[in-house]
Amino acid sequence: MKRLLLVFILFSGSCYAVDFRQLSDPKQQESYEELTKELRCLVCQNQTIADSNAELAYDLRRQVYEMLEQGQSREQIVQFMIDRYGDFVLYKPAFKGKTTLLWLAPLVFLLVGFLTVFFFIKNKKTAQAVISDSDTLENAIEKKKKIRSLLDKGETS
Amino acid sequence: MLKYIIPLVLFIIMAVFLGMGLNLNPSDIPSPFINKPAPEFSAPKLNAPSEKLTPADLKGQVWLFNVWASWCVSCRSEHPVLNEFAKLKAVTIIGLNYKDDPTDAKKWLDSLGNPYNISIMDQEGRIGIDYGVYGVPETFVIDKKGLIRHKHTGPITPADLQKTLIPLIDKLQSEPL
Repeated sequence: MKRLLLVFILFSGSCYAVDFRQLSDPKQQESYEELTKELRCLVCQNQTIADSNAELAYDLRRQVYEMLEQGQSREQIVQFMIDRYGDFVLYKPAFKGKTTLLWLAPLVFLLVGFLTVFFFIKNKKTAQAVISDSDTLENAIEKKKKIRSLLDKGETS
Repeated sequence: MLKYIIPLVLFIIMAVFLGMGLNLNPSDIPSPFINKPAPEFSAPKLNAPSEKLTPADLKGQVWLFNVWASWCVSCRSEHPVLNEFAKLKAVTIIGLNYKDDPTDAKKWLDSLGNPYNISIMDQEGRIGIDYGVYGVPETFVIDKKGLIRHKHTGPITPADLQKTLIPLIDKLQSEPL
C-alpha cells in the first residue's frame, strides 16, 4: 500500500510540469490563463493547452502569449486558432446549427430520465394501492376469523 | 410484449451509435483549410539555410507539402512510401522539417533517402501552427493556384496513394492554371 502511494505521489507531479508565463498587465494575464484553459491540445485531445505537456501545447501557449503581448483581443486569438485547427480546438464548442444536438442532447436525456422515473413511480403507486386495499380486506377477514376462533376457544375452556 | 420491444430498440440504437464511434478515427479532425490558399511562409531551406522558399515560388505547379521530423516514429514508416512515390516524379514534393535539429534531419535524409525536391526548416513550429499541424506526419496537396485541396493526417500508405492521392494529383495536374 505504501509503495502504491509512493507511485501515485511520484506520478502526480508530472501534471504541473508546464511553463509559467507572466504578462505585465494583470488583465492580460487573466486572459492568458482563461484562454489556455479554453483551447484544446490537439495531440492529447482531452487536455487543454494549459494542462498539457505536449510540444504543440507549449507552442500554442507561446502563440497565445505573444498575441496578447501584441495587444490582440481574446476574440482575435480564438478566431486565429479556429482558422487553423477548426472548431475542435475549442474545449467548449460554440452553440451553432451543427452543434445544436451536442448541446441539447443532455437536456433531452435528462427529460427522458425524469419522465421514465415519473411513470415508473406512478405505475408502482397505483399497483401498490390496489395491493394495500386488498390487503386490508383480507386482513379484516383474517382478523375476524381469528377473533371468532379465540372466542370459540374461550367458550369451551 | 412492449416490455421487451422497448429495451431491444434502445439497445439497437445504442449499439449502432457505439459501433459508428468505433469506426471513427479520433485524430481525423476536419481541416478548415480545404479550398483555402496555402498560408504564407518564408522559410530557410534545409540544405541551403541562406536561401528561402515561399509558396509563391511554387505557383503554377501542383505540390505536396509533407510535414516530417527525424524524431517522428510514424514518419519512418511513411518514408519508403514517399521515396517510391518520388521516383514517379508525378508532383513536386516539399518537406516541412518540423521542430527538428537540422543536423539530425540531414543525417536522416542521408541514411534513408531523400524524396523531397526541397525541404524547409521550421524549428520553432510556427509554420506548423499556421498550417494547423497537430500530428506529424501530415501531408497537404496544393494546386496550381496555391489552394490547399486535400489534407492527409498520419503516415501515407501505398493504399492512400493509389486510392486518393494519385487520382487527385492527376486531376489537379490536368486543371488549367
